[in-house]
Amino acid sequence: MHPVLKLVTQRVALGILLLLAVSVLIFAGTQILPGDVAQAILGQQATPQALANLRAQMGLNQPAYIRYFQWLFGVLHGDLGKSLANGQDIATEIGGRLANTLFLAGVSAAIIAPLSVLLGLVSALYEGRWPDKVLSAITLATVSLPEFLLGYILMFFLAVEYPIAPSVSTVFDSMSFWEKLHAVTLPVMVLVLVSVGHTMRMTRAAILNVMQSAYIETAELKGLRPFRIIWRHAFPNAISPIVNVLMVDLAYLVVGVVVTEVVFVYPGMGQYLVDHVAKRDVPVVQAVGLIFAAVYIGLNVVADVVSILANPRLRHPK
Amino acid sequence: MADLILDIRNLKIEATAYPPGEPPQDIVIVDGVSLTLEKGKVLGLIGESGAGKSTIGLSAMSYGRGGVRLTGGEVRLGGQEIRAAGPRALRAIRGDRVTYVAQSAAAAFNPAKRLMDQVIETSLQHGLSTRAEAEKRAVMLFAKLGLPNPESFGNRYPHQVSGGQLQRAMTAMALCPKPDLVIFDEPTTALDVTTQIDVLAAIKEAIRDTGVAALYITHDLAVVAQVSDDILVLRHGKMVEKGSADQIINAPREAYTKALVSVRQIEHPAKPATSPVVLSVDHVTARYRGTHFDVLKDVTVELRQGQTLAVVGESGSGKSTLARVITGLLPPRSGRIRFDGRDLTPAFANRTRDDLRELQMIYQMADVAMNPRHTVGTIIGRPLEFYFGLKGEGKRRRVQELLDEIEMGKGFIDRYPAELSGGQKQRVCIARALAAKPKLIICDEVTSALDPLVADGILKLLLNLQKVEGVAYLFITHDLATVKAIADSIAVMYRGEVVRYGTKTEVLAPPFDDYTDLLLSSVPEMRLGWLEEVIAHRRMEAAGN
Repeated sequence: MHPVLKLVTQRVALGILLLLAVSVLIFAGTQILPGDVAQAILGQQATPQALANLRAQMGLNQPAYIRYFQWLFGVLHGDLGKSLANGQDIATEIGGRLANTLFLAGVSAAIIAPLSVLLGLVSALYEGRWPDKVLSAITLATVSLPEFLLGYILMFFLAVEYPIAPSVSTVFDSMSFWEKLHAVTLPVMVLVLVSVGHTMRMTRAAILNVMQSAYIETAELKGLRPFRIIWRHAFPNAISPIVNVLMVDLAYLVVGVVVTEVVFVYPGMGQYLVDHVAKRDVPVVQAVGLIFAAVYIGLNVVADVVSILANPRLRHPK
Repeated sequence: MADLILDIRNLKIEATAYPPGEPPQDIVIVDGVSLTLEKGKVLGLIGESGAGKSTIGLSAMSYGRGGVRLTGGEVRLGGQEIRAAGPRALRAIRGDRVTYVAQSAAAAFNPAKRLMDQVIETSLQHGLSTRAEAEKRAVMLFAKLGLPNPESFGNRYPHQVSGGQLQRAMTAMALCPKPDLVIFDEPTTALDVTTQIDVLAAIKEAIRDTGVAALYITHDLAVVAQVSDDILVLRHGKMVEKGSADQIINAPREAYTKALVSVRQIEHPAKPATSPVVLSVDHVTARYRGTHFDVLKDVTVELRQGQTLAVVGESGSGKSTLARVITGLLPPRSGRIRFDGRDLTPAFANRTRDDLRELQMIYQMADVAMNPRHTVGTIIGRPLEFYFGLKGEGKRRRVQELLDEIEMGKGFIDRYPAELSGGQKQRVCIARALAAKPKLIICDEVTSALDPLVADGILKLLLNLQKVEGVAYLFITHDLATVKAIADSIAVMYRGEVVRYGTKTEVLAPPFDDYTDLLLSSVPEMRLGWLEEVIAHRRMEAAGN
């Protein structure tokens, strides 16, 4: 078996194993919360008989590990259970929201990935000179600002003073792709501003690290243009650390955007999760937790695989 | 003169030093150097480290490494002054009219790109030829430089070929854009001697066939004598002597040049094998954890009290592994080691304190073998404290005695390693080993990182100390000149086996086995025409077979 294939298979298998472990943690975590689901549904005034009936009906008097495997079996077949709050099927309810979240994250990622790498390359190219310092100052400032503040500032200027984008980003199924894109302009801007600094700085640091290598001197002595040296000779050797930070940023776009969603009233996963946590809707919390964990682990597996593929020693063994 | 390629006049090169706690100061690295180079000629630049030879070489591309600046004089390339040229003009020259071959091709090639793409990159970027033409020329050069499968060699990545092949590929990369001038910066220094000779011959032939001018930079006079028409001797950034290769080698005028020519001629008659055996390595076989082949195969050698056993071989021959086995860093799979009449425990962690004390080690890199934040007194004092319990004034007195023994005298005891020269650092490491009053010192390539004259000083010191202290040396080296200078007996290692073993006179006298013959005949000799003789001789033998 080709060593790369072996390593990649290993990574993917490890990712699946990790996801299983996380599912155990999520299930156990929701089990040790005080009170139980039956109590939560029926309220404080419920009679003991009613509680016992409901527990039996929901299978809550079975041992925890059996319930875990029942839950896992359901999840693997696309059945995430029913919401306690409104009795709706969670999978159907999440479907649309997950699509919204992925849309927002996807649009942001499509801007963040190339932009942050490009800015990082420019910073490295002008190391210590004014373009580097200006970029560094701006991105540091936007990374440091809280998302809600950034959101309201953008809203004030770009929705109120110079109205080029709506301040409420609610999207509906009936909207076309371009209408949706227009609706999410401001939240995308917020997400880009708070994330682009990380990957940009890592790109800059990784490139400058590689620029110390003897083969960069070789490239300089070939009389190559500085940007070609950075792009063709330094960047291919700096991919691994850059991709790792980029993937953490992308994971944040899916799992950590609740504040931005609330500010712009965007119907995504974050807001959905917060709503149901407030209602102690355990099955929803479990389902959303599992989806977020899958996104996180999946993106990190992607980062690992890209790192493996970027290494010529692994790709082309002796 | 139309054929004048390079004309450097009164060159001055400066850099800024940042001594800790003091304001930055400008230091002069090269001063008042002038040289000319005609088409098709090779000029050798020779000197010790710090002589400024690489700096001068790179000035022909108007390139300063780190913060180095070309501050005075003229650098004319084919009549065009380039010292103060702007970046655009310099980019047009670099890689096009002047190219560079680095000491470590392994580091100078980009690990992420195929060799072919790197070799033809300059030709394409400077618009000198089409991709097809450049690839054709590269393949032609690969073939000329004796690379295997020249048609497909370029498809490989740098990590897929050997060090000697990479060095040739770098030469091909330098010659591909048809430059006027190639700078060779120690192109064979990092190679084994048997590889060096082939690369040297390939470079010389390529220079002759392409008619390019070359600056050949090295610290090894015997090497530069094989490839150069003229030689310029440098020291501390200044010119010492300039002349034809013949004159420099056979009739040097300056005292410093004479010292360089006569280096490595320490006479050391082998001692008779009468003293008792201090170390015997008995049928030792060893391998590293997680690997599936033996790095040492059934090795048996002996070392007598007060004598030196030189273990010689190329990289990968297992000579350093032998040291690791004896010191207990790598317990052997089979065989045993007897030291001073007793069996040594395989793993060092289980050895007695006396076993540890009587067996000391000195390393190739004195720099990294010392804690940079300890003073010389602390470094040498540590074994005195650990093995003999010396403290305070008594310890300090003994440290000073040891410093006297290594000929460093007063004023060094409170210095830090960073304030010492390379040779002085190695002397401190020797003193630290001596402090334990050992019966055996393992010297692992202790002179390989040093300049020839400094290395000579260290070897003389080691010989003197052996006379006074009666200590035995296991001397690991790849350098046969060092072996001749210091050994009483010799073990030649090849791929984990001892292929030849005996007293110095026995080992160095014919008839030789094939490998020892190859090794001995590959050591450059300080005379003109040596390279041609060896190559011709080998071709004849190959034809005879």
